[in-house]
Amino acid sequence: MTAMFLFLIASGLSLVFGVMRVLNFAHGSFYMLGAYLAWQAMQWLQPAGEAFWAAAIFAALGIAVLGGIVERLLLRHLYGRDELYQLLLTYALVLIFGDVAKYIWGTGQLSVQRPPLLAGSIQIFGTTQPYYNLFIMALGPAIAIGGWLVLTRSSAGRMVRAASYDREMVGALGANVGAIYTGMFMASSFLAGLSGALVTPLQSIVPGMDVLIIVQAFIVVVIGGLGSFWGTFWGSVIYGQVLSFGILIFPGFSLFSVFALMVVILVIRPWGLFGRPVR
Amino acid sequence: MNRRRALLARSVPWTLLVFLVAFWVPWLGSRYDTFLGTQIAIDALFAASLNLLLGTTGLVSFGHVAYFGVGAYVCAILMKTYGVPFIVAFPAAGLGAALFALVSGYFCVRLTRIYFAMLTLAFSQIVWAVAYKWNSVTGGDQGLPEIPYPDMHWMAAVPGLRDLGSGDRFYLLTLALVAVSLAILWRVVRSPFGRMLTTIRDNPERAAAIGLNVRAYELAAFVAAGAFAGLAGALYGIFNRGVFADYVFWSKSAEVMIMTILGGMGYFWGPPVGAFALVWLNQEITDYTQYWPFVLGVILLVLLFVFPGGIVGGLVAGFRLVRRHLAGRDA
Repeated sequence: MTAMFLFLIASGLSLVFGVMRVLNFAHGSFYMLGAYLAWQAMQWLQPAGEAFWAAAIFAALGIAVLGGIVERLLLRHLYGRDELYQLLLTYALVLIFGDVAKYIWGTGQLSVQRPPLLAGSIQIFGTTQPYYNLFIMALGPAIAIGGWLVLTRSSAGRMVRAASYDREMVGALGANVGAIYTGMFMASSFLAGLSGALVTPLQSIVPGMDVLIIVQAFIVVVIGGLGSFWGTFWGSVIYGQVLSFGILIFPGFSLFSVFALMVVILVIRPWGLFGRPVR
Repeated sequence: MNRRRALLARSVPWTLLVFLVAFWVPWLGSRYDTFLGTQIAIDALFAASLNLLLGTTGLVSFGHVAYFGVGAYVCAILMKTYGVPFIVAFPAAGLGAALFALVSGYFCVRLTRIYFAMLTLAFSQIVWAVAYKWNSVTGGDQGLPEIPYPDMHWMAAVPGLRDLGSGDRFYLLTLALVAVSLAILWRVVRSPFGRMLTTIRDNPERAAAIGLNVRAYELAAFVAAGAFAGLAGALYGIFNRGVFADYVFWSKSAEVMIMTILGGMGYFWGPPVGAFALVWLNQEITDYTQYWPFVLGVILLVLLFVFPGGIVGGLVAGFRLVRRHLAGRDA
């Protein structure tokens, strides 16, 4: 469950790093804004009901557009500069988006009801599983397979992968690298916005969820391998397992074991379990 | 004429002047000014220690707060739990932070660029996770409140200082310790060792080719930076009368980085200037609005796109422009 959400979020982060070599702190902010936007859309449409699906799509698209604007107006000017500047730019966005969200939606908790279509639950292996959770658990692998197919089988995906190997060469061959980058960043923001929207029926929306999620997404991406699609998938599964079983082994220190895992991976294989060494 | 004026400007011991002015704050300013002054002094040391990595060696550490936090906890635990006097606990804080920097840095300097940044971030989050959960030692999410002030009765023996409150005395103590630490850092940066670090920043391949052990130098810089961050942390814990896990959260690393860049990471005095500017701005702006992070974000954007050299970088560029102007008129 948690693992699938983390996968949705982390895959966008990993995509942007893999292609653009930018570690995007603002990814968590996109996730949070996606949640708020979905809530807002629900208010406009109707407080509950199947409008949730429309609201989720609306939020994801809205965040994709926001991501496109950020990439075009800001990030674009810092390519080729030290990665410190890119890190700091995305951190500046974290600060700004965090406060904008507080200004618009306040600091209270907001929540969205589960869509009626998936409101029920089912008994599996003696536990009660809401349909909505099953939906998320199915959606994660679906997006993983879909994304993998697009990246490996379509011509656009080939272009993206080529750009991640050698930006200049792809440009020299006549591809519009700028457009690829904007497209990637928008796709990544879309995933962040979508996961933010889809998390709303499960968790209340609070300020600070951006900073909390981005650290988790980082760990997942580092474990799996920055830029590796399946790596991110397995990374999120491993993260979920370590977090759950860490509680059994060292009660209270599950967070510690997750960070320790991240350190061990970075020390032994900085490019992650499934990544490839670059530069 | 101009050259003489330039020489005159250079011969003024500006640093000494700043510290002399700062020394009088408890008598000239309000209690609040002293409070801000203490914070600025501590942040100045913290940011300057980061700049040893960032500006001098070119290592982007995104987890510098870990060493600040280790120093704060070591000093606080020694003083509060074991009743160790400050004169022992303070160096111990620096030593503890340096030791942790040695262990974590050993792994970090093996990685390059973005991976280095991530590993430092991971180590700082480990410190955070331990601080947050190890209730019996660090107080967990409750933190360690009520850390005693260091014994400052000896100051009563100094004629002018008898009437000062403990906050004012702690300010003077902090100021003195920060001044000494900054002086040592200055010596380090200006030493042949510091020059080597700059060589590594500018061209690591070349540095390795002329026989420099790049990793060893980077590790040494990492340990030194960690030690001074630890000293700053020790002072900060006492200053705030408590150490809490929040101090070690990763966003604090970003804050001190903003200070460093705001001041100008290419200059030794950049980070202290940045610390002064940021603390002062924070205090001014929070009077008007609660949205300080927003303002900070905008400042950061302006810095990145307009003034990548920071305040000191901007001033230096401005002075050069003026001097060229004057020189042109003379000729």
